[in-house]
Amino acid sequence: MSKILILAQHNGTAINQGTSKAITAAQQIEGADIDLVLFADDVSSIAAEATKLEGVKTVHAVTTSNENWKLAHGIAPKFAELASNYMHIFGPSTTFGKDVMPCVAALLGQNQISDIMQVIDATTFKRPIYAGNAVITVKSNHDKIVATIRTASFKTGDMESGSASIENHTIENAQTDTKFISLQAGNSERPDLQTAAKVISGGRGLGSEENFELMYNLADKIGAATGASRAAVDAGYCPNEMQVGQTGKIIAPDLYMSFGISGAIQHLTGIKDAGTIVAINKDGDAPIYEVADIGLVGDLFKIVPELMEKL
Amino acid sequence: MKILVAIKRVVDFNVRVQVKPDGSDVATDGVKMSINPFDEIAIEEALRLKEAGKADEVIVATIGTNDAQQQLRTALAMGADRAILVESDSEIQSLKAATSLLSIAKKEQVGLVIMGKQAIDDDNNQTPQMLATLWKRPQATFVSKLEINDDKALATREIDAGLETIEVTLPAVISTDLRLNEPRFVKLPDIMKAKRKPLDVINIDETINDFNDTPLSIVKYESPQPRQKGIMVESVDELIAQLKEKGLV
Repeated sequence: MSKILILAQHNGTAINQGTSKAITAAQQIEGADIDLVLFADDVSSIAAEATKLEGVKTVHAVTTSNENWKLAHGIAPKFAELASNYMHIFGPSTTFGKDVMPCVAALLGQNQISDIMQVIDATTFKRPIYAGNAVITVKSNHDKIVATIRTASFKTGDMESGSASIENHTIENAQTDTKFISLQAGNSERPDLQTAAKVISGGRGLGSEENFELMYNLADKIGAATGASRAAVDAGYCPNEMQVGQTGKIIAPDLYMSFGISGAIQHLTGIKDAGTIVAINKDGDAPIYEVADIGLVGDLFKIVPELMEKL
Repeated sequence: MKILVAIKRVVDFNVRVQVKPDGSDVATDGVKMSINPFDEIAIEEALRLKEAGKADEVIVATIGTNDAQQQLRTALAMGADRAILVESDSEIQSLKAATSLLSIAKKEQVGLVIMGKQAIDDDNNQTPQMLATLWKRPQATFVSKLEINDDKALATREIDAGLETIEVTLPAVISTDLRLNEPRFVKLPDIMKAKRKPLDVINIDETINDFNDTPLSIVKYESPQPRQKGIMVESVDELIAQLKEKGLV
């Protein structure tokens, strides 16, 4: 039996699908016995949501204060203490997981395995390096394995029919050196970029923030999320949370349609698990066509309106 | 206040790295090496803080082989005051790197450590968080805006949901994201001047006592699975027909 503890990510009202993907990865370890740990100031309702994740036995519901649940150092010590009884400690490779998990690893005196993309066995895993230009097989000789799970590599499991039990905990002495001030969140009307089945993504070729409306309109037409290249975000055409790539979001939608994106390697690493990649660019030699399943060379300012009309 | 900037020598971001045919490593012989781009942003941020009167000294440190002196000299040419090379001929994993940097942070009594959120070679994204944890000091990771006011730092972080702002009490560890700043170009006279700036070389063993690390072992390197070759279409109608056939629209 292999006892596995997984960090549950949530926004206060819903469990992030990255949590479920980490469970999917954990279930590939022989004899997996999976518990979750979840932190919140008001823990009861969100913990109830977490119990519905299929394949989980116990949810360790930890009550925090002063919004410490959002802060790595607000939760890492308690997390590490709970982890003492587990062999594997996993978190999703979201910005939250990436912030927290190395702290837990350090408290446990371990190196972390980042961005697991494939489970070989209980101690051997594959992960990408060099922006996905190479894949390494890593073996841990530790008695504990702390890792983040690359969410684009694993499927979301059943998040409705589980029946885990809840064990309550409290953090008594909240840290005060780090304070949450504010979150400036993006548009929540559209599907979430990290979990959407379809993504419409724009690059520098859009030319301006105003022109980016074309992307939003087309996305709304087909029920897609919107993404962007780093160049488009750097140029201020759209907000940072839309960035797809090595240092932005790594996604695996069924359909990824890119407009005016040339396809730097750092961008391609963020989309190479997508089902179908469509590339639309005026430069037929752009590297995006090397990974595209369907390519169309042309002026996006003519193509997008035509798609709007005909779809 | 002193600022410590930790940097790493990596394969330049423009190089498309290839796996060696025997799967033992990636081919790096004769390849252009540079400062990790995120670390270059860290150097720039430290220099701007010093220029704004928020810091007195910028110390840049790296862990690596003697060749990493090149990258330290570049950092000195950008404007760092002095450099420390923690020399090691073997690959150092994140926890050991964090432990070594901790001893420098303590010895130099720095008020702030700034470093890239991840190195573009191993893409680990661990060392800053580990350093903060071992140091028992706050961290602000993936920072795209930083303001220092007395003993507090107001940091805006690029997270999946948007832009999060947190306040940390110094000393603290900051890890940089791409949009924090645009690093300056190095000018020739600065390169000449940098040759005279102090660069200390110490062995990694001088920074670490009793470190029993069981490093992760890399069993194999391989190239990623290539995607199947796609098709080119000539018109929007053809594109829509293809998408319909796949059941995507």
